[in-house]
Amino acid sequence: MALSKVWVFAETDENGSLTTLSKELLTKARDLGDTVEAFYAGDGNDIAESAGAFGATAVHATGPIEGQLLGAPVGAALAAAAEGVDLVLGGTSYDARDAFAVASVKLDKPVISNTTAIDLDGDAVVTTVPVFGGEKLVKTKFTAGGPMLCLVRPKSYEASESGGGAASVSSVDVPGDAPSATVLATHVEEREGPQLDSAPIVVSGGRGLGDPAKFEEYIEALGKKLGAATGATRAIVDAGWVPYNKQVGQTGKVVKPDVYIAAGISGATQHLVGMKGSKNIIAINKDPEAPIFSVADLGIVGDVHKVLPALIEALNAKG
Amino acid sequence: MALNVVVCVKQIPDPADPGALDADFTLKRDVKLILDESDSYGVEMALQLVDTAGGGEVTLVSMAPNGEVSGLRTALAMGAAKGVLVSDDALAGSGARETAKTLAAAIGKAGEYDLVISGVESSDGYTGVLPQMLAAQLGHPMVSFAKSVEVADGKVKVSRQTETGSQDVEAPTPCVVSVTAGVVEPRYPSFKGIMAAKSKPVDTLALGDLGIDGGNVGWAGAGQEITAVEDAPARQAGEIVEDDGEGFQKIVAKLEELKVI
Repeated sequence: MALSKVWVFAETDENGSLTTLSKELLTKARDLGDTVEAFYAGDGNDIAESAGAFGATAVHATGPIEGQLLGAPVGAALAAAAEGVDLVLGGTSYDARDAFAVASVKLDKPVISNTTAIDLDGDAVVTTVPVFGGEKLVKTKFTAGGPMLCLVRPKSYEASESGGGAASVSSVDVPGDAPSATVLATHVEEREGPQLDSAPIVVSGGRGLGDPAKFEEYIEALGKKLGAATGATRAIVDAGWVPYNKQVGQTGKVVKPDVYIAAGISGATQHLVGMKGSKNIIAINKDPEAPIFSVADLGIVGDVHKVLPALIEALNAKG
Repeated sequence: MALNVVVCVKQIPDPADPGALDADFTLKRDVKLILDESDSYGVEMALQLVDTAGGGEVTLVSMAPNGEVSGLRTALAMGAAKGVLVSDDALAGSGARETAKTLAAAIGKAGEYDLVISGVESSDGYTGVLPQMLAAQLGHPMVSFAKSVEVADGKVKVSRQTETGSQDVEAPTPCVVSVTAGVVEPRYPSFKGIMAAKSKPVDTLALGDLGIDGGNVGWAGAGQEITAVEDAPARQAGEIVEDDGEGFQKIVAKLEELKVI
Protein backbone atom coordinates (compact mmCIF):
# COMPACT_ATOMS: atom_id res chain seq x y z
CA MET A 1 0.00 0.00 0.00
CA ALA A 2 1.47 3.29 -1.03
CA LEU A 3 1.98 6.16 1.37
CA SER A 4 -0.28 9.10 0.78
CA LYS A 5 2.29 11.90 0.74
CA VAL A 6 6.07 11.78 0.26
CA TRP A 7 8.31 14.85 0.30
CA VAL A 8 11.77 15.17 -1.17
CA PHE A 9 14.25 17.67 0.28
CA ALA A 10 15.39 19.07 -3.06
CA GLU A 11 18.85 20.57 -3.50
CA THR A 12 20.59 22.39 -6.31
CA ASP A 13 24.21 22.48 -7.44
CA GLU A 14 26.48 25.49 -7.93
CA ASN A 15 24.74 26.27 -11.22
CA GLY A 16 21.30 26.25 -9.63
CA SER A 17 20.26 22.97 -11.28
CA LEU A 18 18.43 20.25 -9.40
CA THR A 19 21.06 17.71 -8.23
CA THR A 20 21.14 14.18 -9.63
CA LEU A 21 20.58 12.93 -6.09
CA SER A 22 17.38 14.97 -5.78
CA LYS A 23 16.20 13.53 -9.11
CA GLU A 24 16.95 10.01 -7.85
CA LEU A 25 14.92 10.68 -4.71
CA LEU A 26 11.98 12.13 -6.63
CA THR A 27 12.01 9.07 -8.89
CA LYS A 28 11.91 6.70 -5.91
CA ALA A 29 9.30 8.83 -4.14
CA ARG A 30 6.90 8.16 -7.04
CA ASP A 31 7.11 4.43 -6.17
CA LEU A 32 6.39 5.07 -2.54
CA GLY A 33 3.70 7.73 -2.43
CA ASP A 34 0.47 8.73 -4.14
CA THR A 35 1.53 12.36 -3.95
CA VAL A 36 5.12 13.52 -4.38
CA GLU A 37 6.14 17.05 -3.45
CA ALA A 38 9.44 18.85 -3.05
CA PHE A 39 10.66 20.99 -0.17
CA TYR A 40 13.30 23.52 -1.18
CA ALA A 41 15.47 25.98 0.70
CA GLY A 42 15.47 28.63 -1.99
CA ASP A 43 13.24 30.24 -4.63
CA GLY A 44 10.74 27.53 -5.57
CA ASN A 45 10.30 28.92 -9.07
CA ASP A 46 13.89 27.96 -9.85
CA ILE A 47 13.12 24.26 -9.61
CA ALA A 48 9.39 24.11 -10.39
CA GLU A 49 10.00 22.72 -13.88
CA SER A 50 12.84 20.32 -13.12
CA ALA A 51 11.20 18.94 -9.96
CA GLY A 52 7.94 18.65 -11.90
CA ALA A 53 9.67 16.70 -14.66
CA PHE A 54 10.69 14.11 -12.05
CA GLY A 55 7.24 13.82 -10.52
CA ALA A 56 6.79 16.56 -7.94
CA THR A 57 3.40 18.23 -8.18
CA ALA A 58 4.26 20.99 -5.71
CA VAL A 59 7.35 22.77 -4.43
CA HIS A 60 7.20 24.11 -0.88
CA ALA A 61 9.93 26.70 -0.71
CA THR A 62 11.43 28.82 2.06
CA GLY A 63 12.76 31.44 -0.34
CA PRO A 64 16.49 32.21 -0.40
CA ILE A 65 18.26 31.79 2.96
CA GLU A 66 20.78 34.59 2.84
CA GLY A 67 23.72 35.10 5.12
CA GLN A 68 22.81 32.19 7.40
CA LEU A 69 23.94 28.61 7.60
CA LEU A 70 20.78 26.97 6.41
CA GLY A 71 20.53 23.87 8.64
CA ALA A 72 18.91 25.44 11.68
CA PRO A 73 16.36 27.76 10.03
CA VAL A 74 15.50 25.33 7.24
CA GLY A 75 15.26 22.35 9.61
CA ALA A 76 12.84 24.34 11.75
CA ALA A 77 10.85 25.37 8.66
CA LEU A 78 10.73 21.76 7.45
CA ALA A 79 9.49 20.55 10.83
CA ALA A 80 6.76 23.19 10.90
CA ALA A 81 5.64 22.53 7.32
CA ALA A 82 5.78 18.73 7.21
CA GLU A 83 2.61 18.07 9.17
CA GLY A 84 0.61 15.35 7.44
CA VAL A 85 3.56 14.22 5.33
CA ASP A 86 4.25 10.50 5.72
CA LEU A 87 7.86 10.36 4.62
CA VAL A 88 10.52 12.98 3.90
CA LEU A 89 13.48 11.83 1.80
CA GLY A 90 16.74 13.75 1.68
CA GLY A 91 20.21 13.01 0.37
CA THR A 92 23.19 12.41 2.64
CA SER A 93 24.54 15.87 1.76
CA TYR A 94 25.95 18.31 4.30
CA ASP A 95 22.99 20.66 4.29
CA ALA A 96 20.36 17.91 4.28
CA ARG A 97 22.03 16.20 7.23
CA ASP A 98 21.98 19.51 9.12
CA ALA A 99 18.35 20.27 8.30
CA PHE A 100 17.05 16.74 8.97
CA ALA A 101 18.82 16.62 12.33
CA VAL A 102 17.16 19.86 13.40
CA ALA A 103 13.77 18.75 12.06
CA SER A 104 14.17 15.46 13.96
CA VAL A 105 14.58 17.27 17.27
CA LYS A 106 11.71 19.68 16.55
CA LEU A 107 9.36 16.87 15.50
CA ASP A 108 10.74 14.40 18.05
CA LYS A 109 10.96 11.78 15.31
CA PRO A 110 14.02 9.73 14.37
CA VAL A 111 16.17 10.15 11.26
CA ILE A 112 17.41 7.03 9.53
CA SER A 113 20.65 7.94 7.77
CA ASN A 114 22.76 6.33 5.02
CA THR A 115 19.86 4.44 3.52
CA THR A 116 20.48 2.60 0.24
CA ALA A 117 16.96 1.23 -0.21
CA ILE A 118 13.46 2.05 1.00
CA ASP A 119 10.69 -0.51 0.77
CA LEU A 120 7.10 -0.72 1.84
CA ASP A 121 6.07 -3.75 3.87
CA GLY A 122 2.32 -3.38 4.24
CA ASP A 123 1.95 -0.05 6.02
CA ALA A 124 5.52 -0.08 7.29
CA VAL A 125 8.45 1.76 5.73
CA VAL A 126 11.58 -0.40 5.86
CA THR A 127 15.01 1.04 5.16
CA THR A 128 18.24 -0.71 4.26
CA VAL A 129 21.49 0.61 5.74
CA PRO A 130 24.87 -1.00 4.96
CA VAL A 131 27.23 -1.61 7.91
CA PHE A 132 30.70 -3.13 8.29
CA GLY A 133 31.83 -1.55 5.03
CA GLY A 134 28.80 -2.83 3.20
CA GLU A 135 29.20 -6.49 4.18
CA LYS A 136 25.93 -6.54 6.10
CA LEU A 137 22.64 -4.84 5.36
CA VAL A 138 20.52 -3.69 8.29
CA LYS A 139 16.77 -3.51 7.72
CA THR A 140 15.15 -0.92 9.96
CA LYS A 141 11.47 -0.11 10.23
CA PHE A 142 10.06 3.26 11.28
CA THR A 143 7.73 2.73 14.26
CA ALA A 144 6.84 6.25 15.37
CA GLY A 145 4.60 7.27 12.46
CA GLY A 146 5.06 10.27 10.18
CA PRO A 147 6.76 12.39 9.24
CA MET A 148 9.42 9.72 8.84
CA LEU A 149 12.81 11.29 8.09
CA CYS A 150 15.15 9.36 5.87
CA LEU A 151 18.54 10.32 4.41
CA VAL A 152 19.45 8.35 1.29
CA ARG A 153 22.89 7.77 -0.19
CA PRO A 154 23.60 8.89 -3.75
CA LYS A 155 23.11 6.38 -6.59
CA SER A 156 20.77 4.19 -4.57
CA TYR A 157 18.23 4.62 -7.36
CA GLU A 158 18.39 5.66 -10.98
CA ALA A 159 16.70 8.92 -11.86
CA SER A 160 14.02 8.84 -14.54
CA GLU A 161 11.65 11.55 -15.64
CA SER A 162 7.93 11.21 -15.05
CA GLY A 163 6.90 13.48 -17.89
CA GLY A 164 5.14 15.73 -15.39
CA GLY A 165 4.64 19.44 -15.98
CA ALA A 166 5.91 22.26 -13.80
CA ALA A 167 5.12 21.90 -10.11
CA SER A 168 3.04 24.49 -8.30
CA VAL A 169 5.02 26.68 -5.93
CA SER A 170 4.02 27.66 -2.43
CA SER A 171 5.99 29.38 0.28
CA VAL A 172 6.67 28.08 3.77
CA ASP A 173 7.50 30.17 6.80
CA VAL A 174 10.97 30.17 8.29
CA PRO A 175 10.70 30.49 12.07
CA GLY A 176 12.75 33.52 13.05
CA ASP A 177 13.85 32.24 16.43
CA ALA A 178 16.22 29.46 15.34
CA PRO A 179 19.72 30.02 16.74
CA SER A 180 21.85 30.29 13.67
CA ALA A 181 25.33 30.80 12.36
CA THR A 182 26.31 33.54 9.93
CA VAL A 183 27.79 32.74 6.53
CA LEU A 184 30.40 35.40 5.74
CA ALA A 185 31.62 34.04 2.41
CA THR A 186 31.15 31.07 0.09
CA HIS A 187 33.97 29.56 -1.94
CA VAL A 188 33.40 27.28 -4.92
CA GLU A 189 36.24 24.94 -5.89
CA GLU A 190 36.80 24.77 -9.59
CA ARG A 191 35.93 21.49 -11.20
CA GLU A 192 37.26 20.60 -14.62
CA GLY A 193 37.06 17.61 -16.91
CA PRO A 194 35.05 14.45 -16.31
CA GLN A 195 33.16 14.51 -13.00
CA LEU A 196 33.33 11.71 -10.45
CA ASP A 197 29.55 11.42 -10.15
CA SER A 198 28.98 10.76 -13.81
CA ALA A 199 32.19 9.59 -15.55
CA PRO A 200 32.11 6.03 -16.94
CA ILE A 201 35.72 5.50 -15.89
CA VAL A 202 37.29 6.56 -12.59
CA VAL A 203 40.98 6.33 -11.68
CA SER A 204 41.73 6.76 -7.97
CA GLY A 205 44.89 6.91 -5.94
CA GLY A 206 45.72 6.32 -2.30
CA ARG A 207 48.50 6.44 0.23
CA GLY A 208 50.44 3.75 -1.68
CA LEU A 209 51.39 6.40 -4.24
CA GLY A 210 53.95 7.53 -1.67
CA ASP A 211 54.02 11.25 -2.39
CA PRO A 212 51.65 13.94 -3.68
CA ALA A 213 53.53 14.49 -6.94
CA LYS A 214 52.70 10.93 -7.99
CA PHE A 215 49.01 11.76 -8.02
CA GLU A 216 49.62 14.20 -10.86
CA GLU A 217 52.24 12.01 -12.54
CA TYR A 218 50.28 8.74 -12.48
CA ILE A 219 46.64 9.22 -11.59
CA GLU A 220 45.96 12.43 -13.51
CA ALA A 221 48.01 11.17 -16.48
CA LEU A 222 46.15 7.84 -16.62
CA GLY A 223 42.85 9.65 -16.11
CA LYS A 224 43.61 11.98 -19.01
CA LYS A 225 44.60 9.06 -21.23
CA LEU A 226 41.36 7.18 -20.49
CA GLY A 227 39.07 10.22 -20.38
CA ALA A 228 38.38 9.29 -16.78
CA ALA A 229 37.51 11.27 -13.68
CA THR A 230 40.14 11.08 -10.95
CA GLY A 231 39.42 10.26 -7.32
CA ALA A 232 41.22 9.75 -4.05
CA THR A 233 41.00 8.11 -0.65
CA ARG A 234 40.24 10.02 2.51
CA ALA A 235 43.79 9.39 3.70
CA ILE A 236 45.37 11.48 0.94
CA VAL A 237 42.64 14.11 1.01
CA ASP A 238 43.19 14.52 4.76
CA ALA A 239 46.93 14.67 4.09
CA GLY A 240 46.26 17.61 1.76
CA TRP A 241 47.50 15.96 -1.46
CA VAL A 242 44.28 16.59 -3.35
CA PRO A 243 41.13 18.63 -2.70
CA TYR A 244 38.14 17.18 -0.92
CA ASN A 245 36.00 17.16 -4.07
CA LYS A 246 38.03 14.16 -5.24
CA GLN A 247 37.27 12.05 -2.19
CA VAL A 248 35.55 8.75 -2.87
CA GLY A 249 34.06 6.93 0.10
CA GLN A 250 31.73 7.03 3.03
CA THR A 251 32.32 10.72 3.68
CA GLY A 252 33.03 11.57 0.06
CA LYS A 253 31.38 10.72 -3.23
CA VAL A 254 29.71 7.46 -4.11
CA VAL A 255 30.72 6.34 -7.59
CA LYS A 256 29.40 3.54 -9.76
CA PRO A 257 31.36 3.78 -13.01
CA ASP A 258 31.77 1.01 -15.59
CA VAL A 259 35.45 0.79 -14.71
CA TYR A 260 37.12 1.79 -11.44
CA ILE A 261 40.90 1.66 -11.22
CA ALA A 262 42.25 1.73 -7.64
CA ALA A 263 45.97 2.42 -7.45
CA GLY A 264 47.85 2.21 -4.18
CA ILE A 265 44.58 1.92 -2.29
CA SER A 266 44.37 -0.69 0.47
CA GLY A 267 40.58 -0.66 0.56
CA ALA A 268 39.59 0.67 3.97
CA THR A 269 35.89 0.32 4.71
CA GLN A 270 35.60 4.09 4.41
CA HIS A 271 36.71 3.84 0.77
CA LEU A 272 35.02 0.56 -0.23
CA VAL A 273 31.52 1.80 0.52
CA GLY A 274 32.03 4.60 -1.97
CA MET A 275 33.13 2.46 -4.92
CA LYS A 276 32.18 -1.20 -4.52
CA GLY A 277 29.12 -0.69 -6.67
CA SER A 278 31.38 -0.10 -9.71
CA LYS A 279 30.74 -2.56 -12.55
CA ASN A 280 34.40 -3.52 -13.02
CA ILE A 281 37.16 -2.93 -10.50
CA ILE A 282 40.86 -3.09 -11.30
CA ALA A 283 43.19 -2.81 -8.30
CA ILE A 284 46.94 -2.39 -8.04
CA ASN A 285 48.50 -2.76 -4.59
CA LYS A 286 51.69 -4.24 -3.25
CA ASP A 287 50.04 -5.98 -0.30
CA PRO A 288 48.36 -9.24 -1.41
CA GLU A 289 46.22 -9.13 1.75
CA ALA A 290 44.80 -5.67 0.98
CA PRO A 291 40.98 -5.67 1.28
CA ILE A 292 40.69 -3.94 -2.10
CA PHE A 293 41.46 -7.30 -3.75
CA SER A 294 38.31 -8.79 -2.23
CA VAL A 295 36.22 -6.56 -4.51
CA ALA A 296 38.55 -6.51 -7.53
CA ASP A 297 37.70 -8.19 -10.83
CA LEU A 298 41.36 -7.86 -11.76
CA GLY A 299 44.00 -7.40 -9.07
CA ILE A 300 47.67 -6.79 -9.74
CA VAL A 301 49.81 -7.46 -6.68
CA GLY A 302 52.68 -5.14 -7.41
CA ASP A 303 54.31 -1.75 -7.00
CA VAL A 304 52.21 1.11 -8.40
CA HIS A 305 55.46 2.93 -9.18
CA LYS A 306 56.29 0.20 -11.70
CA VAL A 307 52.87 -0.89 -12.94
CA LEU A 308 51.41 2.57 -13.60
CA PRO A 309 54.28 4.04 -15.66
CA ALA A 310 54.35 0.84 -17.74
CA LEU A 311 50.58 1.01 -18.20
CA ILE A 312 50.65 4.68 -19.22
CA GLU A 313 53.48 4.00 -21.66
CA ALA A 314 51.62 1.04 -23.17
CA LEU A 315 48.46 3.15 -23.61
CA ASN A 316 50.49 5.97 -25.17
CA ALA A 317 52.07 3.48 -27.57
CA LYS A 318 48.59 2.41 -28.66
CA GLY A 319 47.89 6.02 -29.57
CA MET B 1 40.90 34.69 28.37
CA ALA B 2 39.94 31.23 29.51
CA LEU B 3 38.12 28.92 27.14
CA ASN B 4 36.20 25.90 28.33
CA VAL B 5 35.40 23.26 25.77
CA VAL B 6 33.19 20.18 26.03
CA VAL B 7 34.14 17.41 23.61
CA CYS B 8 31.73 14.58 22.83
CA VAL B 9 33.61 11.34 22.38
CA LYS B 10 32.38 7.92 21.39
CA GLN B 11 33.96 4.73 22.64
CA ILE B 12 33.63 2.00 20.04
CA PRO B 13 34.79 -1.58 19.44
CA ASP B 14 38.12 -1.51 17.58
CA PRO B 15 37.18 -1.13 13.88
CA ALA B 16 40.25 -3.22 13.02
CA ASP B 17 38.58 -6.24 14.68
CA PRO B 18 35.83 -8.08 12.85
CA GLY B 19 32.57 -6.48 13.93
CA ALA B 20 29.94 -8.59 15.65
CA LEU B 21 26.26 -8.07 16.29
CA ASP B 22 24.26 -8.86 19.41
CA ALA B 23 21.04 -10.87 19.29
CA ASP B 24 19.05 -7.61 19.05
CA PHE B 25 21.06 -6.71 15.89
CA THR B 26 22.95 -3.87 17.55
CA LEU B 27 26.72 -3.69 17.41
CA LYS B 28 28.29 -5.84 20.11
CA ARG B 29 29.64 -3.31 22.60
CA ASP B 30 30.48 -5.43 25.65
CA VAL B 31 34.05 -5.78 24.40
CA LYS B 32 37.02 -3.53 25.10
CA LEU B 33 36.16 -0.15 23.65
CA ILE B 34 38.57 2.41 22.26
CA LEU B 35 38.36 6.13 21.52
CA ASP B 36 36.80 6.54 18.06
CA GLU B 37 39.52 7.91 15.81
CA SER B 38 36.97 10.40 14.39
CA ASP B 39 36.74 11.94 17.86
CA SER B 40 40.48 12.21 18.43
CA TYR B 41 40.40 15.21 16.05
CA GLY B 42 37.82 16.96 18.23
CA VAL B 43 39.88 16.30 21.35
CA GLU B 44 43.02 17.65 19.68
CA MET B 45 41.19 20.69 18.32
CA ALA B 46 39.79 21.47 21.77
CA LEU B 47 43.21 21.14 23.42
CA GLN B 48 44.74 23.49 20.85
CA LEU B 49 41.96 26.07 21.25
CA VAL B 50 42.31 26.05 25.04
CA ASP B 51 46.05 26.37 24.64
CA THR B 52 45.68 29.34 22.29
CA ALA B 53 43.20 30.99 24.66
CA GLY B 54 45.79 30.70 27.41
CA GLY B 55 43.53 29.02 29.95
CA GLY B 56 40.46 26.91 30.55
CA GLU B 57 39.94 23.18 30.24
CA VAL B 58 38.59 20.39 28.12
CA THR B 59 35.76 18.25 29.51
CA LEU B 60 34.79 14.98 27.84
CA VAL B 61 31.23 13.74 27.59
CA SER B 62 30.50 10.18 26.52
CA MET B 63 27.79 7.55 26.56
CA ALA B 64 28.75 3.88 26.74
CA PRO B 65 27.56 0.63 28.28
CA ASN B 66 29.02 -1.04 31.39
CA GLY B 67 30.69 2.10 32.78
CA GLU B 68 33.31 1.79 30.02
CA VAL B 69 36.09 4.40 30.31
CA SER B 70 39.05 3.04 28.28
CA GLY B 71 38.41 5.42 25.39
CA LEU B 72 37.89 8.31 27.79
CA ARG B 73 41.24 7.53 29.44
CA THR B 74 42.93 7.87 26.05
CA ALA B 75 41.44 11.34 25.60
CA LEU B 76 42.31 12.26 29.21
CA ALA B 77 45.88 11.10 28.51
CA MET B 78 45.94 13.45 25.51
CA GLY B 79 45.24 16.30 27.92
CA ALA B 80 41.52 16.60 28.69
CA ALA B 81 40.88 17.55 32.32
CA LYS B 82 37.86 15.47 33.25
CA GLY B 83 35.04 13.34 31.91
CA VAL B 84 31.33 12.76 32.29
CA LEU B 85 30.11 9.30 31.31
CA VAL B 86 26.49 8.29 30.97
CA SER B 87 26.03 4.56 31.33
CA ASP B 88 22.66 2.91 31.70
CA ASP B 89 21.22 -0.37 30.40
CA ALA B 90 18.09 1.47 29.28
CA LEU B 91 20.17 3.34 26.65
CA ALA B 92 20.76 0.21 24.54
CA GLY B 93 19.17 0.66 21.14
CA SER B 94 19.34 4.46 21.18
CA GLY B 95 19.56 6.18 17.82
CA ALA B 96 21.19 9.54 17.17
CA ARG B 97 18.19 11.47 18.50
CA GLU B 98 18.08 9.64 21.84
CA THR B 99 21.86 9.90 22.14
CA ALA B 100 21.65 13.66 21.54
CA LYS B 101 19.01 13.98 24.28
CA THR B 102 21.26 12.10 26.68
CA LEU B 103 24.46 13.93 25.80
CA ALA B 104 22.68 17.31 25.99
CA ALA B 105 21.59 16.48 29.55
CA ALA B 106 25.10 15.30 30.43
CA ILE B 107 26.60 18.51 29.02
CA GLY B 108 24.33 20.36 31.43
CA LYS B 109 26.29 18.60 34.21
CA ALA B 110 29.69 19.42 32.76
CA GLY B 111 29.94 22.95 34.13
CA GLU B 112 30.31 26.26 32.28
CA TYR B 113 31.46 25.98 28.68
CA ASP B 114 32.03 28.17 25.65
CA LEU B 115 32.05 25.54 22.98
CA VAL B 116 30.91 21.97 22.34
CA ILE B 117 32.99 20.03 19.81
CA SER B 118 32.25 16.66 18.27
CA GLY B 119 33.36 14.63 15.29
CA VAL B 120 31.29 14.78 12.12
CA GLU B 121 30.21 11.17 12.34
CA SER B 122 31.28 8.10 14.30
CA SER B 123 33.23 5.34 12.61
CA ASP B 124 30.64 2.69 13.47
CA GLY B 125 27.16 4.22 13.31
CA TYR B 126 28.08 7.09 10.91
CA THR B 127 24.67 8.74 10.93
CA GLY B 128 26.30 12.17 10.62
CA VAL B 129 23.41 13.94 12.34
CA LEU B 130 24.27 13.81 16.06
CA PRO B 131 26.14 17.13 16.48
CA GLN B 132 23.36 19.07 14.77
CA MET B 133 20.75 17.36 16.96
CA LEU B 134 22.82 18.19 20.01
CA ALA B 135 22.86 21.87 19.05
CA ALA B 136 19.09 21.82 18.56
CA GLN B 137 18.62 20.12 21.95
CA LEU B 138 20.86 22.65 23.68
CA GLY B 139 19.35 25.59 21.78
CA HIS B 140 22.79 26.65 20.55
CA PRO B 141 23.89 27.69 17.05
CA MET B 142 25.63 24.90 15.18
CA VAL B 143 28.44 24.93 12.71
CA SER B 144 28.88 21.53 11.09
CA PHE B 145 31.70 20.00 9.02
CA ALA B 146 34.40 22.38 10.21
CA LYS B 147 37.79 22.17 8.48
CA SER B 148 39.33 24.83 10.70
CA VAL B 149 38.20 26.53 13.89
CA GLU B 150 39.25 29.77 15.59
CA VAL B 151 37.77 31.35 18.69
CA ALA B 152 38.05 35.08 19.39
CA ASP B 153 35.94 37.76 21.08
CA GLY B 154 33.12 35.41 22.01
CA LYS B 155 32.80 34.16 18.45
CA VAL B 156 33.74 30.99 16.64
CA LYS B 157 35.06 31.28 13.09
CA VAL B 158 34.95 28.16 10.98
CA SER B 159 35.80 27.10 7.45
CA ARG B 160 32.97 24.68 6.68
CA GLN B 161 33.15 21.92 4.08
CA THR B 162 30.40 22.05 1.44
CA GLU B 163 29.53 19.92 -1.60
CA THR B 164 31.12 22.46 -3.90
CA GLY B 165 33.86 24.06 -1.82
CA SER B 166 33.68 25.79 1.53
CA GLN B 167 31.96 28.51 3.52
CA ASP B 168 33.39 30.96 6.06
CA VAL B 169 30.97 30.76 8.97
CA GLU B 170 30.78 32.64 12.25
CA ALA B 171 28.67 31.93 15.34
CA PRO B 172 28.47 33.39 18.83
CA THR B 173 29.48 31.16 21.76
CA PRO B 174 28.26 28.95 23.25
CA CYS B 175 27.77 26.87 20.12
CA VAL B 176 28.28 23.37 18.79
CA VAL B 177 30.95 22.69 16.16
CA SER B 178 31.53 19.36 14.40
CA VAL B 179 35.03 18.86 13.02
CA THR B 180 36.02 16.74 10.03
CA ALA B 181 38.68 14.06 10.26
CA GLY B 182 42.13 15.35 9.38
CA VAL B 183 41.42 18.89 10.59
CA VAL B 184 44.36 18.64 13.03
CA GLU B 185 46.96 15.99 13.79
CA PRO B 186 45.90 14.25 17.02
CA ARG B 187 48.79 13.97 19.49
CA TYR B 188 49.88 10.66 20.93
CA PRO B 189 49.44 10.51 24.68
CA SER B 190 52.79 10.81 26.45
CA PHE B 191 53.78 8.40 29.22
CA LYS B 192 53.28 11.23 31.68
CA GLY B 193 49.87 11.91 30.19
CA ILE B 194 48.86 8.26 30.48
CA MET B 195 49.91 8.16 34.14
CA ALA B 196 48.13 11.45 34.89
CA ALA B 197 44.95 10.23 33.16
CA LYS B 198 44.53 7.44 35.68
CA SER B 199 43.72 9.90 38.44
CA LYS B 200 41.66 12.41 36.44
CA PRO B 201 38.01 12.50 37.50
CA VAL B 202 35.31 10.75 35.47
CA ASP B 203 31.81 11.26 36.77
CA THR B 204 29.62 8.27 35.87
CA LEU B 205 25.92 9.05 35.67
CA ALA B 206 22.78 6.99 35.12
CA LEU B 207 19.63 8.23 33.37
CA GLY B 208 18.04 8.99 36.74
CA ASP B 209 20.82 11.47 37.50
CA LEU B 210 19.94 13.32 34.31
CA GLY B 211 16.19 13.28 34.86
CA ILE B 212 15.67 11.27 31.65
CA ASP B 213 12.89 8.71 31.53
CA GLY B 214 14.17 5.37 30.20
CA GLY B 215 11.04 5.15 28.05
CA ASN B 216 12.24 8.09 25.94
CA VAL B 217 15.60 6.58 24.99
CA GLY B 218 16.97 3.18 24.00
CA TRP B 219 14.78 0.74 22.12
CA ALA B 220 11.72 2.09 23.90
CA GLY B 221 12.19 5.61 22.54
CA ALA B 222 14.02 5.03 19.26
CA GLY B 223 10.96 5.15 17.02
CA GLN B 224 12.63 2.57 14.84
CA GLU B 225 13.11 -1.17 15.00
CA ILE B 226 15.68 -3.39 13.34
CA THR B 227 13.82 -6.26 11.72
CA ALA B 228 16.66 -8.16 10.04
CA VAL B 229 20.34 -8.09 9.19
CA GLU B 230 21.33 -9.71 5.91
CA ASP B 231 24.59 -10.46 4.17
CA ALA B 232 25.17 -8.09 1.28
CA PRO B 233 25.46 -9.83 -2.09
CA ALA B 234 29.13 -10.71 -2.45
CA ARG B 235 31.11 -9.75 -5.55
CA GLN B 236 32.34 -12.64 -7.59
CA ALA B 237 35.99 -13.37 -6.87
CA GLY B 238 38.24 -11.77 -9.46
CA GLU B 239 41.56 -12.70 -10.97
CA ILE B 240 44.46 -11.70 -8.70
CA VAL B 241 47.95 -11.92 -10.22
CA GLU B 242 51.42 -11.17 -8.92
CA ASP B 243 53.19 -8.52 -11.01
CA ASP B 244 56.10 -10.09 -12.85
CA GLY B 245 56.92 -6.91 -14.74
CA GLU B 246 54.16 -7.61 -17.27
CA GLY B 247 51.20 -7.01 -14.95
CA PHE B 248 50.31 -3.86 -16.85
CA GLN B 249 49.54 -6.03 -19.90
CA LYS B 250 46.76 -7.68 -17.92
CA ILE B 251 45.25 -4.26 -17.32
CA VAL B 252 45.56 -3.32 -20.99
CA ALA B 253 43.85 -6.60 -21.94
CA LYS B 254 41.08 -5.98 -19.40
CA LEU B 255 40.50 -2.43 -20.68
CA GLU B 256 40.34 -3.80 -24.24
CA GLU B 257 37.89 -6.50 -23.16
CA LEU B 258 35.73 -3.80 -21.58
CA LYS B 259 36.04 -1.76 -24.79
CA VAL B 260 37.22 1.38 -23.02
CA ILE B 261 40.36 1.59 -25.18
